[in-house]
Formats: sequence, structure tokens, C-alpha cells
Amino acid sequence: MGLFILRRLGVMILTALCLTFIVFWLTNLAPNLEKLAKTQGNARMSDEAVTSYLANRGYAQPLPVKYGQWLGVLPGYVIEGSDGGLRARCAGPGESVADAATFCGILQGDWGNSTVFKDEVGSIVATRLGLTGKLMLCVMLVMVPGALILGVLAGMREGSRTDRALSTVSIISTATPEYVSGVVFISVFATATFGMNWFKGTATSAMENATFENFLLPVMTIALYGMGYIARMTRASMTEVMTAQYIRTARLKGVSFPTIVLRHALRNALIAPFTVIMLQFPWLLNGVVIVETLFNYKGFGWVLVQAAGNNDIELLLGVSVVSVFVVLITQLISDIGYVFLNPRIRIS
Amino acid sequence: METLTWTGAVGVFLNPVLGMAAALFAVTLVAQLVLGFFAPALTLQSNADGTLAARGGLLGTTETANKYLFLAVLVLALAYLIIPLVTPYGTVGIIGEMSQRFLPVWIALVVTFGASIRFKRHLGLYGKLFDSTVGMIGFGLVMFWVFTAVFVGLFDMIATHDYLSQVSGLKNKIPGVPVPEGIAGAIPHYLLGGDNLARDIFSRVVAGSTFVIAIAPLATVFAFMVGITLGLPAGYYSGRLDTILSFLANLILAFPVILLFYLLVTPEIVETGIPSYMAAFLFAFPMIFFGVLLNSRYYTQPAKRNLILVPVLGILGWLYLSIINQQGTVIDFLPTWLDLFDISILVVFVSVVFVNAPTVFRIVRGLTLDLRTRDYVAAAQTRGEGAWYIMLWEILPNARGPLIVDFCLRIGYTTILLGTLGFFGLGLSSESPDWGSTINEGRKLLLIYAHPALPPAIALLSLVLGLNLLADGLREESLKD
Repeated sequence: MGLFILRRLGVMILTALCLTFIVFWLTNLAPNLEKLAKTQGNARMSDEAVTSYLANRGYAQPLPVKYGQWLGVLPGYVIEGSDGGLRARCAGPGESVADAATFCGILQGDWGNSTVFKDEVGSIVATRLGLTGKLMLCVMLVMVPGALILGVLAGMREGSRTDRALSTVSIISTATPEYVSGVVFISVFATATFGMNWFKGTATSAMENATFENFLLPVMTIALYGMGYIARMTRASMTEVMTAQYIRTARLKGVSFPTIVLRHALRNALIAPFTVIMLQFPWLLNGVVIVETLFNYKGFGWVLVQAAGNNDIELLLGVSVVSVFVVLITQLISDIGYVFLNPRIRIS
Repeated sequence: METLTWTGAVGVFLNPVLGMAAALFAVTLVAQLVLGFFAPALTLQSNADGTLAARGGLLGTTETANKYLFLAVLVLALAYLIIPLVTPYGTVGIIGEMSQRFLPVWIALVVTFGASIRFKRHLGLYGKLFDSTVGMIGFGLVMFWVFTAVFVGLFDMIATHDYLSQVSGLKNKIPGVPVPEGIAGAIPHYLLGGDNLARDIFSRVVAGSTFVIAIAPLATVFAFMVGITLGLPAGYYSGRLDTILSFLANLILAFPVILLFYLLVTPEIVETGIPSYMAAFLFAFPMIFFGVLLNSRYYTQPAKRNLILVPVLGILGWLYLSIINQQGTVIDFLPTWLDLFDISILVVFVSVVFVNAPTVFRIVRGLTLDLRTRDYVAAAQTRGEGAWYIMLWEILPNARGPLIVDFCLRIGYTTILLGTLGFFGLGLSSESPDWGSTINEGRKLLLIYAHPALPPAIALLSLVLGLNLLADGLREESLKD
């Protein structure tokens, strides 16, 4: 078990390094840097001015060196610019070059500065992540019990009408991407078009004060898309368990049907959905970006769109690191959890 | 010209009847679901005289009532679509007029279903689809949009107005609004109203179907070619090759899709030529696939092989060069007369293939790992067949069931991805009538005008739902034997 976790951790760190390097490379391509220089400096800069602007700020160094500095394993640059100014990577605005630390990167907890929000990336990511965490918590509270109940009820008696009806519901929910259900929800429940103006169509006010009225629609929009998939996996797992030998034994002993489902089948049927729920996180991240854009909820997904749309390199890198780690850690938990929950693997 | 109502004169009589039938149906449906939890799981009961009876009692009665009420609702709903086909223009409301516009699609659907059901015993898996209700509904929904795309794209039939022309005074107007005199168009109304730029929403939605129907299946085919060509050897040989390829696939899968799109589909990245190089890499796989496929089969008869392989590879190579060769990008070497077409949305196409290929790879690899231990593979190995022959002619045909099902699901997923790209305005021009862009246009004023965003959203939903139901039907039918 320990060796397994160690190996998984090693692969995870390697993956994270590769992915962040790819993001770093893509955001540091020449046209992106030129755009950065022109938005930060002067929109009508000449080509030479762009080159010297970038060189003075350390962007002209070789890519692996820049990546190492950003990561914090190589010492940050100290460059005497062509305009005579001395600039150091680790010297923040208003700090003198001499006082600056040698290393400043992700590993030292220095995430750089956002050009759009004029703030430190670390604090932006932390606050926005907190807001998204609130949203995700509500989504999980709706989605997981809903999906499990749907799946267990459908899988309890395979082929029955209840099964057919509930399976159709879960197929419909998997076929409804967030931007479709969000638009439908808003136009039905937040406008006067159908006379059901019950909820708010934006969730901006939910950032400080989440109420039923302004938070239900975004939560339902994300939960609906993921729910169908988890429900289908639960149903498949449940039908498989219900045909197992020990269930037949229990029935022949005369155990009542509800007892069989609750005491004998449920525990084993919930192993597979656990991994599926964990693996849903990357998709939920997608949903979060769409829903936060649609409902104007300024969380992590909204920041991603802002950073990518405005070529805010350091913020985009920070956002990518966090999202990549969220995905990888959930994968790790799903792997470990599967081993842990499954008695056949755990005991042997 | 008067503004059209939703159901027109037909609705005066039909609406109350349909409303009543639907309400009753809803009541019996809920009653049946609730009763179903307490009832024994029997559908037939044997009587003392040796005959069988359907389930009796309260549950049995509700089930029967349910069935007939559902049929009644269905017939009434169909009446809305059929009556307009024989009545003059303007009497049957918006729904009726839309049904009339879709007349060629209805005819094509009836012909397809008639012919398929008549000959279903001779059509293999496709024929078996018509044994499953779910599969038929899914197939119907998918074919509805396929035929719509064909009639709009090739024959210019269903759309009522030009999807780009703006008519002053019709900005954000409600469905059924009359078009001012002297404006060119098949009918004098905007059936689903005007959008934010005073364009006809109905025409935009049907025009958008051509985009999805043309791109989504093609991108899925390319993703399958890449996934199969890499997944078969990874599963068959295992070992180091598998480790490396799986690591790369997991790497792409760990990327949040939207982040990847935002990084790849920007003008700056297009400028560097990365999408063009990715296209050159990804689109080479169909050539490799067919080359290896035919070579592994016919390499013992060189004359016959050359006869088949040369024209196939020639045509594929020409198509390949035409696709990757784009004017004004880094790959621009073909003379214009040799370049068949320029795809303006190459970057969208490439990124969708790139996102889908790793998942296909994992599925194919898993299936191959399972199938390579079978006896027929051992028999082929004993015969001395080459590795590629075994992979492509022994393992792949036996993996086709799950792959066909996944293909349907993946087209749906690709449709969702294309919509996501449109929703964020990535890689597609804002003029583009595709559903994602139209939803994106409509959502900006959603709280004031709901009607522009709803039709494309429902269209996208129905297509993806159709593909999912189709996949479900296919899975069920392929598991039966």
C-alpha cells in the first residue's frame, strides 16, 4: 500500500511538472510576450522597444531557465537593463534589488503578480478558490445524494418501469451541458417569459450572501450535468451486485427486499460510484467555468476566463497549477480510495 | 400582416384537449411510479384455469390508463405537426409553420424509417436498432438534424431568411413577428423572432445544424483513427510503449478542457503555427491506419497490394495535404490549384480531435488488453500472422461493439465541446450560426429577452440526447446476442 501511494505520488509530480511546463511554454511564446509588452508598456511600441522591454524584464532568457526561476529552483534574474535600471525578479514593486531574495518561485510561495487585477496571484487564487469552494460544496451536497438515490432506485430492479423512467432521466441529464441547462433555467425561472420569475438570474450577490434565491440555479446547473453520469454508474454497479450469489442467498433465506437493498447490496454497490465521483472533478471544473461566466459569479472559473482572455501570464500559470493539482489529487484519492474500499484488494 | 401566435386557429380546439390529456397523464404517471415501489415485481399473473393475465389491481389499471393517455398525448402532439401540412399559410401558428418548413425532413424521415423497418432483418446491427424503442427515438432525433443539415446545406430549403441579413426594426422581436414589406424571404414572418442584430433566429438555428453535423462526426472519426492506431499496439505489446503512451494520454486528460482551449485557440497561438503542426501530426493517422490495414492484409501478394494501396494512399495523401495546407499559415506550400479546400476553423477542429483522442486511446487499449488473450489471437499467432494483421484484422473487428457505442456517445460529446468553444467565443467568428455562438449571443441579454438563446439551446440538447439514446439502444441490442 505504501509503495503504491509513493509510486502514484511520483507519477503525479512528474505529470504536474510536465503540465505546468506546457502551460509555461504556451504562455511564453513570442506572440504572447509581444502582446504582454504592448499591453503593459505602450500599444504603439516599435519592435526594438518590445525586444528591449522583454529583455529588461527577463523574458528573453532561455525557456528552461525561465521555468526554473518561476518554479523556484533557479536563482531569480538580476538584469541591468538597456535603459540603465537594475531589475530583479524577486524584488517586488518598491523593493530595492539588494534586499531581494535569491530564489522566488512557486516553491517559495511567490506566485507573481497579476497584470489585470494589480494584485498578488497567490491572494487572488486563494480568495477566488474559496468562493468556488462554496459553490462546489453546495453542488456536491445536491449532486452526490441525488445521483446515488437515482442510481440505486434504478438499479434495484433491473428492467422495471422505475428503472426505465429513472434511466431516461439520467440520460437526459448527461445530454444537457451546463450552458444549455443554465440558459433554460434562467429563461424559465428568472425571467417573466413563462411567468415563473422565482429566482435570480445572476449569482453576483451570492458571493457575500448566498441565499436560496440567488444560489439555487447555478448549483442546479452544475449538479444536473454530473448527476446523470454518476447515477448511470451507480445503476450499473447496483444491477451487478443484485445478481450476485450472496443476494440470491439472502432472498432464499427470506430476507425482505428493503433489507437486502439497504444492508447487503448498498455497501458493495457504492464502491464504483466513489471513484466516478472523484473522477468527476475535472469535468466539474469545466462546469464551474461555464456557470461562473453565465451567472457572473466571480470565482475561480471566472478568474480563469479573465486571465486567459487578457493574457495575464502569471495569473494564468497560477490558475493552471491549482487546477492541475486539483485534478491530480482527486485522481490519487480515487485510486487510493478504490483500493481501500474494495475488501478484495485491501485484504490480499 | 398579423403577428403569428404559437398555435393559431388549430390551437383553439387542440390546446385545451392536449392540456387535459397531458395533465391526466402526469397524474397517472406519478401514481404509477409511487405504486410501483410497493408492488411485487410481476408483470404477468397466472390464473387458476391456466391462462395468464396482465397485472390487475390498482397498479395494473393505472398502467393501462397510462399507456392509452400517453398514446393520446402523442397523437395530439402529432396533430399539431400534421394538420399544418394541408392548411393554408398563416392559419396554424408558429408551430404549424415550422412543421411546414420541415416538410422535406418529415418525408425523408418517414422514408428512412419505413425502409429500415421493412428490411430490418437483413441490416445487421443497424436493423436490430429498430427493435428498441429508445434506439428508434434516438435515431429519429439524430436523423432529424442530419436531414435538416442536408436540406439546408445542400438544397437551401428549410431556412426562411438569409441567416446573416439584418432587417431594421426586428431587433429582439418576439416569435412570430411579421417582416416589413419588400424584404426577401420564403415567408413574411420571423418564426422564432429576431436576435440582437435583427436576424432570423429560426434560420440561424437550422443553418447552425450544418456546422455541427459536418464537424462533429468528422472530428470524432479523426479522434478514433488516432486512438485506434496508438491504442492497439499499446494494448497488444504492453511494456514500455504502453507506459509512455498511457502517460502521455493521462497528461492530456489531466488538463482541464477549457484551459486547453483557451491556451490553444487564440490568435497568438495560431500565429506561431502550433495548430498547423498539430494538424499535420494528428491528421496523418488516417493515412497510417489505412496504409497499415491494407498492407498487413495483402503484403503476401505485392501486385494486388500495390493495385489497392497506391490509389487509396494517393487520394488520402492529397486530402491530407489539402487539409493541413492553409493559406497564410506556416504550412503553405501547395500551389492553389492543388489545394482542394481551406478550412477556416482548422484550429477548432484540431483542438477537438486533440481532446478526444486520449479517451479513445484508453478505451481501445483496454479492449485490446482483454482481447489479446483470446484463442483466435493465439491461433493467428500460431499461423505466423504479423502483429499488425492480428491487431487490425483479428482484434479490432471483435472490439467493434463497444467502439460503435462509444462513437455515438463521443459525437454527442464533441457537439458539446464545439458548443463550449462557441459559448466562449473561441476560434469561431461571431457571425457564425453555430449553436454555441448563438447561445453566447443570446445569453448577454437573457434576463430581458429569453427567446434568442432558447432555440439553439434546445436544438443542441435534442441532438446530444438523440445521440445518447441511440448509443443506449445500440448497446442494448448488441448485448442481446
